[in-house]
Amino acid sequence: MFNDSIGKRSTPVKNIVERGAVKKFAISIGDPHPIFIDEEAGRQSRYGTNIAPPTFPRVFDYGTIESLNLPGKGLIHGEQVYRYKRPLLIGEEITCYSEVKDYYEKKGKHGEMGFLALENYGSAADGEVVFIAEQLVIINETIRKKVMSK
Amino acid sequence: MTTLTELHIGDSLHPIELNPVSRLDLIKYAGASGDFNPIHTIDDEARNAGLPGIIAHGMWTMGNLAKLFSNLYEIGFIEEYKIRFKGMVFLNDVITLSADLKEKSEDRYYFRVAATDQSGREAISGEVIFKVY
Repeated sequence: MFNDSIGKRSTPVKNIVERGAVKKFAISIGDPHPIFIDEEAGRQSRYGTNIAPPTFPRVFDYGTIESLNLPGKGLIHGEQVYRYKRPLLIGEEITCYSEVKDYYEKKGKHGEMGFLALENYGSAADGEVVFIAEQLVIINETIRKKVMSK
Repeated sequence: MTTLTELHIGDSLHPIELNPVSRLDLIKYAGASGDFNPIHTIDDEARNAGLPGIIAHGMWTMGNLAKLFSNLYEIGFIEEYKIRFKGMVFLNDVITLSADLKEKSEDRYYFRVAATDQSGREAISGEVIFKVY
């Protein structure tokens, strides 16, 4: 059902690694380490500034993939991978987009399950891809039927 | 600061036991991450979804697990962080974070990482590749 979306991409969106957002995020995962939130610690670090925790890209806006109508509820997050060229720096602008890499269905214990593989990209101002985030979303039969009947 | 170079295959980073998971933890994460799926914060919505109660965002647990490495950013960074979400985390669960060194090369350390609940069940597990400068 999501097969038609394979290869589809969102229109890239510019995001800022915002200091306040990083601080709030770091606190919410119980990791208010000075390297993330203390300006002086950031200045004295090898990065010359603060950095963001590795799962911070959860916060970014990746734009919408047209024709991909995922339900707001009922999805199961199966797997998540982050690959980094380097840590994200506070204040930098990251251009993000999302792409549907794959979709397949498999018979499981709970009926036919759908597996949607999404890839999120983040590039720095110079075009360098700083991170790639892969996400495997599992969609159960009930939810798939609901989406299809729309 | 933990010295990575003194770590041998089979050694572990110092494990961390989290406080029991509270609703406020998950409300804060919802706000900070923008993931407002109500099964993580509202009882009725969780029950409507067939769950016995609200469950933690998988990404909250994954976010927490990465803090085992936060003291090490001066010597390197997490190049790859791969997680499989295996089990649900409920309110009041006590989660322990662990990272065991599996392999190392000249500039990369390969850890098996996991977040385990009070009954020893792994909620998430996977791999961290820590690259040193």
